[in-house]
Order: sequence, then C-alpha cells, then structure tokens
Amino acid sequence: MLQAAALNQITADDIFNIDSIMSSRSGFMHILLSTAIALLLTIVPMPHMLNMGRPDWLLLIVIYWSLNAAMVTGLTYAWCCGLLLDALVGTLIGQHALAFVLIATLAQHFQFRIRVFPVLHQAIIVLLLIVVYKFMLFWIDGIVGTAFSSWLRWVPAMIGALFWPVIVAVLDTSTRNIR
Amino acid sequence: MARFGSDTRPIIGRGPSLVARFLLLAALSIGLMVGDHRNHYLTTLHNLLSTSIYPVHWLVDAPFSATHWVLDNLTDREQLRRDNARLTTQVRDLQVSVQTLAAVTAENQRLRELGEATEEITKKRLITQIMNVDLDPLRHRVLLNKGQTDGVFKGQPILDAHGVFGQITQVGRYTSEAILISDPEHGIPVRVNRSGLRTIAAGTGNLNQLNLPFLTGEADIKVGDLLISSGLGGVFPAGYPVGIVTKMERNPSETFATVEAKPLAKLDSDYEVMLIWYQPPAIEPAITPPSAPSSSATTDSTALKSDSTANAKTPAASKNNKTKNNASSSSTKSNHSR
Repeated sequence: MLQAAALNQITADDIFNIDSIMSSRSGFMHILLSTAIALLLTIVPMPHMLNMGRPDWLLLIVIYWSLNAAMVTGLTYAWCCGLLLDALVGTLIGQHALAFVLIATLAQHFQFRIRVFPVLHQAIIVLLLIVVYKFMLFWIDGIVGTAFSSWLRWVPAMIGALFWPVIVAVLDTSTRNIR
Repeated sequence: MARFGSDTRPIIGRGPSLVARFLLLAALSIGLMVGDHRNHYLTTLHNLLSTSIYPVHWLVDAPFSATHWVLDNLTDREQLRRDNARLTTQVRDLQVSVQTLAAVTAENQRLRELGEATEEITKKRLITQIMNVDLDPLRHRVLLNKGQTDGVFKGQPILDAHGVFGQITQVGRYTSEAILISDPEHGIPVRVNRSGLRTIAAGTGNLNQLNLPFLTGEADIKVGDLLISSGLGGVFPAGYPVGIVTKMERNPSETFATVEAKPLAKLDSDYEVMLIWYQPPAIEPAITPPSAPSSSATTDSTALKSDSTANAKTPAASKNNKTKNNASSSSTKSNHSR
C-alpha cells in the first residue's frame, strides 16, 4: 500500500522539489527502516519508570518524514502508521490513526516554516505537536470512558521533544548521501 | 489550500488538497473507532492487523524467550536434583491435603444435586506465556503467546497460581491480548467468602488495588476478608480467589462505603498464566423442577444471573454514566472521581 502510494507520487514528481530525492529506492528504504525501528522501540520492555516516560517514537518519525519528505510519505503513511500502532499496543482501532493524521496534516501544512527553524526551536514546535497528539488520545479515551488522567500522561511529550534533536541528527546523517 | 507553498505537490496531477485528504482519513478513522467500540464488527480487520504486526511482537519478545529457553536447558545436575527433591516434597504435601478433597467434592456434588444446582465443569487448561513486550503503560493489558490457532476465545478467563488474573479481550492468530483485573475498565463479580455477600470488584489502574464501589455502609465485610469469584456474569468460574480486603471505611454521610482489596494473583511478576475452558452452569434447568417453591427459586436465580451478567459486562460504563450525570459532561472530572 505504501509502495503504491510512493509510486503514485513519483509519477507526479517535480524536479524542483526538495524532497523529491527521498522518493528514490534508497530513500524509501530509509523511511521503512526508521518506521520499523520506531515500532520496535515502542514495545521494548523497560523498567516501569522508564516505561511511563517512553517517548512516542513512531510519532517523532512520522513528524520527521512529514517535514522532510511529505511528497513520499503522505497522510496515508501517517494513517497506516497509526493503524499499526493501534494493533501493536491494542488500543481502539483508529484512535492513534486519527491522532497521527492530524499531526501529519499540521506538520505538512507548516513544513516550510518549521524546516528552516534551528533544531531547538523545532523541538518546541514538536513539543506542541506531541501535546496536541496526547490531548487527542486523551480526549478519545475520555469519550470511550477509560481515560487515565494523571500528570504522568504528559511526561512522554516532554521527553519526546528532548529526543527531537537526536532524531534529526540520526536521520539527517543517514540520508545525507542521497540528498 | 490557497496559501503559497503549503502544498508541495506539482499543480498538474495533484489530488485532493491537504485538508480534503485529512478530512477523508479522519472520517475513516472515526468510522473504524465507532465500529470497533460499538459493535465489535471489525474482527477481520483486527485479525489482519494483529497478524501483520506479529513479527514486531515476536522480534521484541524473542531475546527474552530465548534467554528463558537457554536457561531452562542449561540447568545443571545439582539444580535438577534440588528441584526434584523440592517438588517431591511439595507433591507429597499436596497429596496429603488433597486426600479429603475427593470426599468433600462428592459430598458437594450430592448437596448440589439435592438443591438441583448444576455445577460448572472445567474442561481444559492451557499454560501460556506472557510475551515480554510493553503495551500502553496507562492500561493494564498483556500479550499472551497463544491465539486463535490454540482455540483461545474472547472473554476467556485467565488464572495464575494464586488467583484470578484477567480475561482475554482480543484474539489474534498467534497472540491474544488480555486485560488484568486491575485495569480501570475491568470489573469482576465476586463474593465475600465469609459472609456470602455478592458484589463487583472493579480495577483501579493500580496493580495492587481493586475497588468495591457498590457496597453500602451496612455491608457485612471487614478487612482481611477473602473475595472469591462468584461465577455470576458467566465469564469467570465460581470459587477462585480474587483478592483480600485491605480497607473498609464507613462514612455516615455517604451511601456507599469505601472498600479496597488487594488482588491475590501476582499481576506484575507472572511469567506464565493459565487459560481455562469451562462450561458455565446451564441457566435454564434441563428438567423442570417438580415442586412449586423450588421452581420459583430457580427463576429467581435465573433473573439474578442475567441481571448480573449485564452488570458485570459494563460496570465501568455504568459507573461512568453515573458520574457523568452527576458532574456535567466534562471527561476530566468524571475521571478524577474514579
């Protein structure tokens, strides 16, 4: 499905576009690999305290690609990631998908502005995005009737934003040779 | 999106705008959520997704189960000898305490036949491992390494060596997801072993605490009482230990007492748990009772049973509705009150 989406995008490729390079086979592999690693990191067992503060790895990856390769990873990519996350952690099917699509839309809408910010400034924007995401999940939990309201719910947002420079460093470095 | 630069795609061949795509996918997600929450229509989709995500679960769990397997296979002779001695002693002790059980079981059966109450039958047990993956830390769910291929079904009760553990909520092809009795979404019909008082023990989100929200100040319950599953509700078999009452506070100004219990099952440290298949006692008696009084008793218990079935299935939901009616519709508020 992803591949098909990516191929569709390539046919409508634009030579002047910055992120068109990411639609190459190598760029596609980068996207796939980073997504898989994020999925693994989401459920790797950790001590309880670390588990409570576990950053939303997959969301960070989705934000990164929405900012840097929006042409290849459209909203469909974010949506599929959300569905996989729903299956992975056993939440209501569609819950994470909806939140992911919302964040990817916001990130894509502001991508040119956010992309030129210094990385720490970006981290603040990412913090805002994660808070919106967390609130979305919290809100849906509340509607379904199982919301767990505690300050602990918001810790991963903070930690996720702190990890943003790391994500940018790693992915920028790994994609440098195909840019 | 008329704003310059907000759309990265070329003008020719660009599909629907960003907002249109967002609305489409959002509507699709909401549709899925409603379908999943309301009617559990999406079994096929659930199956597909859980099967496609299985490699991730497997990959994360593999190092741990491999370590476990290696340690299992590398136990030395001395260790085996010690284990053997210990287990032999344990089996002898258990056999001694079981000696009287046959007589008691037979007597129980006789009494049940006298009272025309059918007994439930445990048909099959299956030991299953909890996969070493971290699901959502805010919800008490675990992933088990048995699924559809082993005959696991939704709503199946799970026990551990010490008491009731939880029940199955989602069945995948090779894995299944279980909810612990301590999850705030879970409620289990229980009976106080000493007084026979029936109530519901709801999870709190704390692994070491259950709440008994529907007990009045006059209820015959005290600290140290053993709670056992009552068998009402049709999910859990009757008579298995659930928890020990740890706190009982009567507040004269409130209708309900504050009662808390500690689960007996080792919810946080279990590695292996047991799935059981059992036949709940028939609700409709096979033979119509001959005498009038016993017939009325049967219908009474039937009504009670079906009533509590409905109750047990949605304790959290009904509780939620209650709080919602009391304190506006703010979700944060209703959650604080829990």
